[in-house]
Amino acid sequence: MRPLDPRLLTYARVTRKFLVASVIIGTAIALLAVVQAFALAGIITEVFQAGAGLAEVTDAIWVLVAVILARVALSYLAEVVANSTAAKAKSQLRTALLDHVMKLGPVWLARRGEGELAALTTRGINALDAYYARYLPMLVLAVTVPIVGGVTILTQDLLAAVIVALTLPLIPVFMVLVGLYTKGRVDRQWRTLGVLSGHFLDVVAGLPTLAVFGRAKAQAANIRRIGDAYRVATLRVLRVSFLSSLVLELLATLSVALIAVSIGLRLVEGNFTLYAGLVVLILAPEVYLPLRMVGANFHAAAEGLGAAEGVFEVLDTEPPATGSRTDVPDPSRVGIEIRDLSVEYADRGAPALDGFSGQIAPGRMTALVGPSGSGKTTLLNVLLGFVQPNSGEVRIGDVDLAELDPDAWRAHVAYVPQRPRLLSMSLRDNVALGAPDADDDRIVAALTAAGATDVLDSLPDGLDTPLGEGGHGLSVGQQRRVAVARALLRDAPLVLLDEPTAALDVATEADVLAAVKEHARGRTVVVVAHRTSLAELADDVVVVPETGAIRVVE
Amino acid sequence: MTTSKQSEAPTPGAEQDPSEGAIRRLMRLSRPVSGRLVLAAILGALAVGSSVGLLATSAWLISRASEQPPVLFLTIAVVSVRAFGIGRAVFRYAERLVSHDAAFRTLTDMRVSIYSRLADNGPVALRPYRRGDLLSRLVADVDSVQDLSLRVLVPGLAGFIVAAGSVALAVWLLPAAGAILAVALIVGGVAVPWLTMRTGAASAARLAPVQGRMTSEVVDLFSGAADVMSCGAGRRMVARIEATDDEFTRVQSEGAAAAGLAAALGAAAQGAAVVGAVLVAVPAVRSGDLSGVNLAVVVLLPLAAYEAVVNLPTAALALLRVRSSAERVFEVIDTPPAVTETSAPKPLPAPADGVRRVELRDVAAHYPGADRDAVSGVDLTLRTGSTTALVGPSGAGKSTIASVLERFLDYDGRVTLDGTELAELDSDQVRTVIGLCAQDAHVFDTTIGENVRLANRSADDVAVLAALDAARLGDWVAAQPDGLDAAVGMHGAALSGGQRQRLALARALIADFDVLVLDEPTEHLDAETAAALMADLRAATAGKAVLLITHRPADAASADRIVEVGR
Repeated sequence: MRPLDPRLLTYARVTRKFLVASVIIGTAIALLAVVQAFALAGIITEVFQAGAGLAEVTDAIWVLVAVILARVALSYLAEVVANSTAAKAKSQLRTALLDHVMKLGPVWLARRGEGELAALTTRGINALDAYYARYLPMLVLAVTVPIVGGVTILTQDLLAAVIVALTLPLIPVFMVLVGLYTKGRVDRQWRTLGVLSGHFLDVVAGLPTLAVFGRAKAQAANIRRIGDAYRVATLRVLRVSFLSSLVLELLATLSVALIAVSIGLRLVEGNFTLYAGLVVLILAPEVYLPLRMVGANFHAAAEGLGAAEGVFEVLDTEPPATGSRTDVPDPSRVGIEIRDLSVEYADRGAPALDGFSGQIAPGRMTALVGPSGSGKTTLLNVLLGFVQPNSGEVRIGDVDLAELDPDAWRAHVAYVPQRPRLLSMSLRDNVALGAPDADDDRIVAALTAAGATDVLDSLPDGLDTPLGEGGHGLSVGQQRRVAVARALLRDAPLVLLDEPTAALDVATEADVLAAVKEHARGRTVVVVAHRTSLAELADDVVVVPETGAIRVVE
Repeated sequence: MTTSKQSEAPTPGAEQDPSEGAIRRLMRLSRPVSGRLVLAAILGALAVGSSVGLLATSAWLISRASEQPPVLFLTIAVVSVRAFGIGRAVFRYAERLVSHDAAFRTLTDMRVSIYSRLADNGPVALRPYRRGDLLSRLVADVDSVQDLSLRVLVPGLAGFIVAAGSVALAVWLLPAAGAILAVALIVGGVAVPWLTMRTGAASAARLAPVQGRMTSEVVDLFSGAADVMSCGAGRRMVARIEATDDEFTRVQSEGAAAAGLAAALGAAAQGAAVVGAVLVAVPAVRSGDLSGVNLAVVVLLPLAAYEAVVNLPTAALALLRVRSSAERVFEVIDTPPAVTETSAPKPLPAPADGVRRVELRDVAAHYPGADRDAVSGVDLTLRTGSTTALVGPSGAGKSTIASVLERFLDYDGRVTLDGTELAELDSDQVRTVIGLCAQDAHVFDTTIGENVRLANRSADDVAVLAALDAARLGDWVAAQPDGLDAAVGMHGAALSGGQRQRLALARALIADFDVLVLDEPTEHLDAETAAALMADLRAATAGKAVLLITHRPADAASADRIVEVGR
């Protein structure tokens, strides 16, 4: 583990300023420690050896008071700077991550595991708090204090300085060695944590299903088993990674003990002064303290850096190459031609689409039919620019879809996914997601057209009712109709619908179909249809044949 | 060793006096590891005590040596200095291992106890929580709860022991210096943490909910990415998270000021102790109350002794976070169940002449907290060997009837299983007879085989493949290179919508329920496959009582009876 990942300086730019501030504060703290040591040694020597009283050491006491006041101010400053930097750095990383994930798109997200990634984006990044607040400043102090303190000790006692000079460099060496040894394990532990949180979420999300089969209570034993395995595995890692701080503390405190004993023995022989001895004794622990703190906070920092590593891994994932043309042809006026399109997902053996060709005529309603699993949804994902084909092309009029800027292209598209999601915001905002300027009249009209008036009527605060994440409180059919209303309101020339009438009863389905048909006037509509009622409604039918490896029983 | 039997024991922290504080309740959950925690505190005290001892004995050694006594007089001091030099590192290492072990044990206990409670309450009780918020409560909040032992209990107890020991040493050398040190340690160990807690309380309590909101917004964006991006709303949704992020950053910065204040006051207390020691010790040496050789010990002692309390303000802030997180966790645990279990369940009735009979008479049901019924006035009868179709517009409460039959939700009216009221039976036993293939059946992140076997642990591969065949998924599984061992991904990401539905069907079939509720089984299937599946279903469920919830006229037509709701 590198103590300071250079990518942190790139993605969390606030880190740079923080390092400069830390060096300034760190140097001041080191100088104050030296002044305090001289003042205390002076007072003790004067009183013990020369029999001085308070009056004779007044000056030294005032120096001591001044040092303490300066330390108080610096402690405050250092703490505030570190904590606000941590908050800003996390925020910068989170923003970079979110922006990048948006570039990678929904299909990448679903395959990467959205729960694990959400945990990384929120809790994972929070682990950087400890890194900024307790680790990085100590890392800087671990440079400034030994230099300032070490030089001061050298002016007082060559032998003590030699002991410091020999042991101090050993500490980072051991740190690197133990760090190298534990790196893989700490990374694995972070992944285990992700898997564990994924497993726990999976089990909680599947609670209704588990309950049906009488397996819900038995899963408690499973959670305990995984928790215990995680504890044992983590402790095994900790036994090793705590070893690094054991070595550090041992070197640090044992060196202080050696210095104290050597000074004592030389004092007995009379070839050393008490004053110099006290200065060295007071400074020696201070010299090792920052390195000890670095060791003590190593584990917390490793967790933060492990999370940062996970973030960088996402940030380093190359987003698919996208075009930049913004002169998008109007898809309601020009046809869409699909030529020899193949799509293969890395984690699925068989291609999702294998050399598919077809045409979508402008201003007409085209139904995509074909057995389940034949790649109809994948085709929509390609049309949306969520998936880049491995080969083949999609032409909008005479323009290759790959040359178009995806945002500019999607501004012409409305879409109802197979499993539409409602977001945790009001019904109004959910419907107006793709048309934020729409007024209430248009929103209600869209809901009415989508046969969703009953949804509006059933909610206590009408359009203002907050809908839970995933649309809790609404049935699957109600969620779908809200999603259809969302697409209608978007008023786009190309409308893509993935089974828009699934989970709807016959009467509501007829309402929705009528609305879709009405809406289709002057637009190009592509609809994935399982039901004959949908396919019959369409002007054209395009068959997406099953690909080689996925077979469905006829 | 923990056995599964123990984990299914009544949930600790379940039957609670509601006024009991979250921390106190948490302490009860930590009781099984209290021995380990005390051991960790003692080891921690020995570690910090070694630091104090090292500085004190070194100061005495150097002062005494400067008087040039025979070396023999210094032997004990020399040995002590070296011993303290080693002790600190060794004790610290042991303390950290013991305390982490205890914290992880408590963490697992918490997870198990929370999960058991959720399982007892039933799935309907979780409806009020957003999935992201629930994830945050069950993962992040439960994690931060382990800080109670690591960051609060162990350092607190260890600090108290060392502080008391250091004061005792100072009092023995010079009572006035001891008094000053005691005051400084009380300021640093009690007043500063208390102040930190007061100033940080508001921000710490606000941090957890903001974090929860941010988590649910992030989950929103990630799971709804297709909806959001196709609407061109990606930038807006990211901006929404950034606004929450800004609030989070601001709340955290308020905590930063509190932490800074604590650090400053701590430094002031420590500095005052050193100056105070000088001010009383210098005259005491003159007056002979303090021997000169101990002057350095008295003056330098505060420098080392302060380490006993230096971490306590952090501990106080940790305590606040723990309390806020614990309250959020307990809130989920304490959500009242949607089903009232009978205290004296009747035995499960045997079917008369092998025929199961489920009757619903004027049944109504409403979700907890809702002020109106989700469904009402339902009458229907299910009998072995016959299929009843339940039809009605979407939102009419068809799935609510499924929840009632599964005993996930209480009901009004009468529901009887072979003549015995459903509410008078043990819910778990009801679910061995009445099964459900839900509309949103969950596909677990494991293999296809394991997903099916979940419903019947004793089923062998042959039985699993037969069930998959009956759900028209057998050929597809056979075409997979890994067969039954093929992984389905998170939420069944590697499967299409129709395949997920058929996997859930196979699972419901292999469980071999007498009464089976099928909630929209042909959703996501093309018409041809749907018709074929319905025919297979008729065959596979011939000997059962089936309730088919559907809105497809074609599906309903094949049923023996059709019941409408919501019209």
